[in-house]
Amino acid sequence: MPDMRFTIPEQNLNLEPFAGRIPDFQKKSEVMITDKGYKCRITNIVPLSSHERVFQLRIVDPLEREVFNFRPGQFLMLEVPGYGEAPISISSSTSNHEFIELCIRKAGHVTSALFEARQGAFVSVRGPFGTAFPMAEMQGKNVLLIAGGLGIAPMRAPLFWINDHRDRYKEVFLLYGAKEPSQMLFTYQFEEWQKVSHVQMRTIVEKPDQSWTGRSGMITALLDEFSFNPKETYAIVCGPPVMFKFVCSHLDRMGIPMNRMFVSLERRMHCGMGKCCRCMVGSTFTCLDGPVFDYWSVMNLKEAI
Amino acid sequence: MIYKVISKTEFRAFIDAIVKENRAYGPQKVDTGSNGKPIYQFMPVKSAAEIDFDYTVTHSSAKHFFLPYRDELSHFNFTDGNWEQEVNYEAPPTILIGLRPCDINAINILDDVMLHGAYPSPYYLARRKNNFIIGMDHLPLPDCFCHSMNRHTVNHGFNLFCSDIGESYYLSINSSKAYSFLKEFELQEPTYEDNCRLIERRKDIKHSFETKIEVSGLPCFLDIEFDSPIWQKWGDKCLSCGTCAMVCPTCYCYSVEERFDIDLEGSTRQNHLYSCNLVDFAQVTGGHNFRPKNGDRLKYRYYHHYRGFAANDNQQICVGCNRCGRACLADINPKDVINDLRLERESCLTCVLPSPSKT
Repeated sequence: MPDMRFTIPEQNLNLEPFAGRIPDFQKKSEVMITDKGYKCRITNIVPLSSHERVFQLRIVDPLEREVFNFRPGQFLMLEVPGYGEAPISISSSTSNHEFIELCIRKAGHVTSALFEARQGAFVSVRGPFGTAFPMAEMQGKNVLLIAGGLGIAPMRAPLFWINDHRDRYKEVFLLYGAKEPSQMLFTYQFEEWQKVSHVQMRTIVEKPDQSWTGRSGMITALLDEFSFNPKETYAIVCGPPVMFKFVCSHLDRMGIPMNRMFVSLERRMHCGMGKCCRCMVGSTFTCLDGPVFDYWSVMNLKEAI
Repeated sequence: MIYKVISKTEFRAFIDAIVKENRAYGPQKVDTGSNGKPIYQFMPVKSAAEIDFDYTVTHSSAKHFFLPYRDELSHFNFTDGNWEQEVNYEAPPTILIGLRPCDINAINILDDVMLHGAYPSPYYLARRKNNFIIGMDHLPLPDCFCHSMNRHTVNHGFNLFCSDIGESYYLSINSSKAYSFLKEFELQEPTYEDNCRLIERRKDIKHSFETKIEVSGLPCFLDIEFDSPIWQKWGDKCLSCGTCAMVCPTCYCYSVEERFDIDLEGSTRQNHLYSCNLVDFAQVTGGHNFRPKNGDRLKYRYYHHYRGFAANDNQQICVGCNRCGRACLADINPKDVINDLRLERESCLTCVLPSPSKT
């Protein structure tokens, strides 16, 4: 009787597509292939408000720390072992290779578990995933940053970037709106952004209280305070889904070209790799072709905003 | 590709030998449906006698050998104040017998999604490499429409493909592994008559399709009809149960869940197949649901299948097996939905442009 066993040689069994070489992290396609994340230690926790905290993470393995590189606007999948994963935008500086900072709101299953964690606990991150704000393309132009509520978290990475390369950009404006004065995040950095990074900054709240002395109303009201050439301006908009529509259409009326407005979309995600389809928007995926989309693409995708 | 002819009795002996030594799955009759027709499924088999070679189509597709309902992605072992992650994607060698061309085409489409994208899946790759696929052609059921999707024939993605030409099978041998297995058995070179019979068989299959769907230009069509009221109409029928996605050979959407082990000393990250028709598919933390209506979710499934997404080069991923139509509890099938969409458009065209006969 002949040998009819069907076997596969041992070396072919656990074949990894990119095994044996360090992936090129500048290329979107070679970031990470398995479900094994980078183990991180929570080195610091900074409370910002009742529901938001900044978690400072440090990748434990020095080699992994070296290969972890990201561009402003990208996100990562944060894993709390036992609880699951959540997509979180990176809000630290791209030049900071020692620590990753994540600004997280306590909202769901994973983040609630994370808020129980103390300094020194281990979590894991996969990534970075997604597209980034085209910071190189914006050189020599005005930059208009518009953040609403928690939208300031992904905005910090381009702000840090601009601070590092301030001479490459003309005027930089930051408009920041929150629902209530108590929900304003990173207030301790406002002075730094204005004095050190030379960013012209304005804030606004929707529901002012006694302590608030600034303006109140919708965030688009702040645009009157600046005068700039809209044709020479790039805009980045981050915030809750309801904000995109009226801010972007306002900017469109002002004359900023549609392909120079960038929004960062939010969807449910389970894999970050374009496999699980949970984040599909129109005919594409938020994790592969997003989260940063220009407004022109957003208008062409069905049900994007 | 090498072509040979094998007699049916010799083929059974070959299957018997290959099945006895390996982990093998083949079609078996498992039940009888409410309409009196047998229900077939791919079941573990130990001899050729257990396999129904003349089955029609299995109820579930062969996708589950590559994308199981539940799959362990990684395991965390907790130690005092720390944890270790283990990732394991080994797959045991498996033989799949009697896959239909639509099943094999579906696996080829899954290859595009799972292996050729930006992030190849090692779990899928291990399974794909460790499977030995024996395909068989068949006469279509009345509701099969794979001919309309051009998926009724298959050229690659299998190890061995058998076409029934009466007393024997016409074999297309597509791997050296298959050829070395078959060496021990009595094979004939295809004669002129055999070739004629094969072509006759192909013609026969091609002309047996009773259901036809017009899919040319459908991607553009779906874009135009994005806000069509027919989605609401079919959405009202849909029960949002997700059965269609479970039996579909190309639906690959999944959900990742993590659960603690019962002894609390570890946890497992699992993915399980999901359906875009389930209500919380696009619901984000905070409660906002991007597609709250049945019709929206049904539309997205059709959008994905007949328009295609970026990850699979915008090709249509439906193979036309109509498993979703057969399994649907609310009697929704692709043929009716697409024809409805077409009709909607055609009536609308006639109201804009009066037809020449009227004027």
